Amino acid sequence: MIPLSWYLFVAAILFCLGLYGVISRRNAVAILMSVELMLNAVNINLIAFWRYLAPEESTGLAWAIFVLAVAAAEAAIGLALIISIYRQRDSVIAEELDTLKY
Amino acid sequence: MTITFQQIVFIAISAFTIISAWIVVTNRNLFHAAIALMASFAGVAGLYILLEAGFLAASQLLVYIGAISILIMFAIMMTRRLMQTAESPYNLQWKWGIVAAFLIFILLAVLIFQTWPADTYAAPPVQSPAALRGSVTDLGIALVSVDQYVLPFEVASVLLLAALVGAIVIAWPEDDR
Repeated sequence: MIPLSWYLFVAAILFCLGLYGVISRRNAVAILMSVELMLNAVNINLIAFWRYLAPEESTGLAWAIFVLAVAAAEAAIGLALIISIYRQRDSVIAEELDTLKY
Repeated sequence: MTITFQQIVFIAISAFTIISAWIVVTNRNLFHAAIALMASFAGVAGLYILLEAGFLAASQLLVYIGAISILIMFAIMMTRRLMQTAESPYNLQWKWGIVAAFLIFILLAVLIFQTWPADTYAAPPVQSPAALRGSVTDLGIALVSVDQYVLPFEVASVLLLAALVGAIVIAWPEDDR
């Protein structure tokens, strides 16, 4: 059988890969993709804890569904922002979008 | 310790998921990264199936692969000129990114193996197929019963509506708003 810690370990690797992508990628779409990876890692944790610690309650499943809904909303808004910025600035490189700094 | 068939399947699916995720964060070509992102989502759906959460696996396929990945591909194609650039896909702080991700990974790994040792939580509690099927029914009832999740459920639907309206307003061309 598969120990609980294996699932948590895989989720931790996925989360850290996503974190690395968020910190170091230049393209805003790539940053958004890395955020989706991190949300997936969180969902693996929720489902693993649900199955191993409280399978008779629906808390873990319900939370995972809410994370899914928030991820969908986040992707829609994020991509709309990126397309709007691209139309105005002709660029989706995150470090060139620094108007708020000055 | 012998390795069971289930563990081999788990290792294969995990390796597939992690390698795809690696391609997502490192590939220069954004379109290839988006394809790898779809593969990674599919691997996570496989992990849900191993955890006997079939409903979540189906939702994962529908929402992530069916909707979010396609949306991301649209965005990549609309910003096409920048899809493949000769310059580096990383910014100046990428080394610090490696350091931060690695440190947090070490922290998480130590925490995981100390708090949930593999011999205490070696296998999930046995559930009959009927009970696992019942968990989807329970989830459906819990999402709409007043003493459980009806308020978060309604807030989530308002959030989705706001995102729908907001996405249209933000992406609308400035001059004929």
